[in-house]
Amino acid sequence: MNIEYYIVLSIALFCIGIAGVLTRRNAIIIFMCIELMLNAVNLLLVAFSKMHHLKGVAANPNAGIDGQLFVFFIMVVAAAEVSVGLAIIVMMYRNVHSVDVNFLNRLKH
Amino acid sequence: MALGSALMVIISRNPVHSVLWLIVTFFAISGHYIMMNAQFLGIVNLIVYAGAIMVLFLFVIMLMNLNAETEPKKNKWLKMAGIIAGGCLLLVLVAALKDAEVKSSTVQLVDGEIGLIKQLGHVLFTEYVVPFEVSSVLFLSAMVGTVVIGKKGD
Repeated sequence: MNIEYYIVLSIALFCIGIAGVLTRRNAIIIFMCIELMLNAVNLLLVAFSKMHHLKGVAANPNAGIDGQLFVFFIMVVAAAEVSVGLAIIVMMYRNVHSVDVNFLNRLKH
Repeated sequence: MALGSALMVIISRNPVHSVLWLIVTFFAISGHYIMMNAQFLGIVNLIVYAGAIMVLFLFVIMLMNLNAETEPKKNKWLKMAGIIAGGCLLLVLVAALKDAEVKSSTVQLVDGEIGLIKQLGHVLFTEYVVPFEVSSVLFLSAMVGTVVIGKKGD
C-alpha cells in the first residue's frame, strides 16, 4: 500500500489531538489527546519502518527494525508519563476540587 | 474508523464516553500494526494502551465522580479558534506532503520478518541494551514518583 495513506492518516490523528488539546478544558481529556498524538507518531514510525525494510531488505535483513524499537521505547515513556501525570491530576483535584484547566492557571492557590 | 472514533474522543461531552472511544481508536491502530505484520507492537499496543492505561484513566475519572457533565460553559470563540488552528495545521501538512518525494514508496503489508518477536528481541538485547536498562530505571523512578505524589497528606 502506498505510504501516503499512512502519512495522511497519522497527520489527521495528530491534528485531531491538537484540536482536542486546544478546545477541551478538562485536564483528563487533554491528557488523552496527548496519548492520541503519541499514537499517531507511533503509527507513522511503524509505516516508515516497513517502507525502509522493503527498500533495504536485500542489503540488510534487519533494515528498518530501529523504527519499531523506537515505537517500543515511546510506549515505555508514555506509560511512565501517564502514571505520573494522573497522580498529579488526582493531587490537583484533591486540592482544588476541579480538573478545569482555567482554574489551575496560577500553580498556587 | 480510527479517524471517526478519534473525532468522537474530543466531541463527546462525557469523559467516560471519551475514554471508551479512545479504546476504539487504539484497537483500530493495533489493527493497522497487525496488518503491517508488526505483530509484537500490535499486541503490546493492545495490552499497554487499551488494557493498562485506559483502565487507569477510567479509575481516575470514576474516582473523581466526573461522569456528570461538570464541564462549564466556555468561550465559543476560543473553541472555534482551537478547531481552526488544528484544521490549519492539517491543511499545511497535507499541502507539504503533496510536494514530498514519497509517491513511489510503498509499505510492505503482510510479509516481512522484522515485526516478529524474534528479530525485535534480538536487536533489543544486543544493540539497544543500554536504553533498555535506562528505561527500567525510568519506570522505577516513575513508580516512586507516583506513590510520593499520590500519598495522602504531607
